[in-house]
Amino acid sequence: MEAVALAPALRRPRLAGLPDRVLRWGLTGLAAAILLLIGFFFVRLAIESQPAFSKFGVAGFVFDNNWDVSKEIFGALPLVVGTLITSAVALVIGVPVAVAAALFVTELCPRRLRTPLIITVDLLAAVPSVVYGLWGFFFLVPKLRPAEQWFADTFSFLPFVGGHVAGPGYFVAGLILAIMIVPIVSAITREVVATVPPDHKEAALALGATRWEMIRTAILPYSRAGISGAAMLGLGRAIGETIAVTLLIGNAPQIGKQIFDQGYSLAAVIANEFGEAANDPTHRAALIAAGLVLFVVTLVVNAAARRVVNRRGSAVTP
Amino acid sequence: MSGLVAVSPGRKRKEMAMRGVLALATGLALVPLALILYYLLKKGLGAFSGSFFTTDPNGNFLGDPGGIKSAIFGTLEMVALASAIAIPVGSGVALYLTEYGRESRFGKAVRYFVDVMTGVPSIVFGLFVYITLILTGVGGGFAGWKGSIALALLMLPIVTRSAEVVLLLVPDSLREAALALGAPRWRVVGRIVLPTALPGLVTGTLLAIARAAGETAPLLFTATIVQGTSFNLGDRMNSLPAQIFADVGQAQDRLVQRAWGAALALVLLILLLTLVARFVSRRSRLA
Repeated sequence: MEAVALAPALRRPRLAGLPDRVLRWGLTGLAAAILLLIGFFFVRLAIESQPAFSKFGVAGFVFDNNWDVSKEIFGALPLVVGTLITSAVALVIGVPVAVAAALFVTELCPRRLRTPLIITVDLLAAVPSVVYGLWGFFFLVPKLRPAEQWFADTFSFLPFVGGHVAGPGYFVAGLILAIMIVPIVSAITREVVATVPPDHKEAALALGATRWEMIRTAILPYSRAGISGAAMLGLGRAIGETIAVTLLIGNAPQIGKQIFDQGYSLAAVIANEFGEAANDPTHRAALIAAGLVLFVVTLVVNAAARRVVNRRGSAVTP
Repeated sequence: MSGLVAVSPGRKRKEMAMRGVLALATGLALVPLALILYYLLKKGLGAFSGSFFTTDPNGNFLGDPGGIKSAIFGTLEMVALASAIAIPVGSGVALYLTEYGRESRFGKAVRYFVDVMTGVPSIVFGLFVYITLILTGVGGGFAGWKGSIALALLMLPIVTRSAEVVLLLVPDSLREAALALGAPRWRVVGRIVLPTALPGLVTGTLLAIARAAGETAPLLFTATIVQGTSFNLGDRMNSLPAQIFADVGQAQDRLVQRAWGAALALVLLILLLTLVARFVSRRSRLA
């Protein structure tokens, strides 16, 4: 009896499902728009850089060692090399420091120090790139120059070392990049290390391992993939970093003969030359092509890094 | 105690050495931060004065170069508009990912590309906006709102990722309880999921705002660098990072000093946002 009376009351009004459908398809639309945006992004960059690629060829653009604005010749090899050298310096210096800091914070330091240390390391990420550039320009370059000159003179028998040190150059730019990638590499390494099963660590300690032996035998093997993923994310950052490098690399469109020489990077050339290139279609296309190369390379590096990091199933926030 | 095997001196030495190395590396990571903050305060405070905040750059090479009023207002206006775009869109995408697309193929693809988008260099966003909005001449040439769009593109993946993480922390039992009581999905989202996750969402967006406020590269050829203050986002607009970039490397001490002052103001602004974000996240009921 009662069920019969309730049935009409329980029936939903005709339009009750509408807001639900609106919400669902609205949100799906937004998500789809993101994918479309990235696709559109790529297509527009490709179209606008077409004049440069058709004039010089893709290989010619990327591998020709001749960037001469006045002669309208755009071979981006000096820029590619500059980006690679500075990123390599950043990884070699930044990754060990970042990983060590992450291990220290998670495994060795007193519990009370942990949160303050994490907050302080993360603060490095809050400093804007232009401030790193400013500080590097007025502090790092002049302070490091004598040390670099001494190093260049003393170890001139090494390859890529020796000669006159101008001040700004690959090494200083790479060093600033190293400082800038420390927070992200360190944060992801911390998350990866946190996913090591406590059983592994306790087993190592129970067998009599010291703390370091536990780190070496339990933590590092387990998190090796994740740490290399973190390093690759750092690499992605270093490749794309613009303003700090623009201020510190010296902006000379040639391949330096040694590590302290002045050079140029893909991102820096865009920041510096785009203003004057607006009225010159070939130059503009060449700079957009540099942007496209940057876009594709960082996309590939990041995609690979995410794959490696996510394989461990750790949720990583940027 | 004789049953326990003592750690041999060699292993003990290695242990102490490695602990020292790791502690040293941690200290090394913090040295640049300390040096940067020290120099910012030392050089930046000297530039601060009443007129520093109330005058525009005037382009005079000799004499008083003016202050950073236009840069402060430009940054605030452009970041506000960028947030107004990126926060709703980013949160919406995150809602899709947690409420509808957790396991679907499409959801995974979106999540993956949002992740990848966090790594796109900021200058590429600037290039993209230049190509699509300035080259085509939509609404005139360089403009503040075009800078905002570049910043919004940069913020979008950060907002989405952080919002998704927070929304996932909302217990499924809450959603199920509401659905079981007969609430339609949109009310579950509006009355249960979003309010529960709110503090975390605020934290994520504040961090994204802090990031956008410090970006130079996307603004260089979208909003450009100008002198005057403007309250019209259709005009060219100055910003703190762009002003610093323009002043670094000028062979004039007072311009360099203005750069330090502007850098200190910018870092203080970002630190404030970051600290508020931390405070909000600490008060969160989740996690």
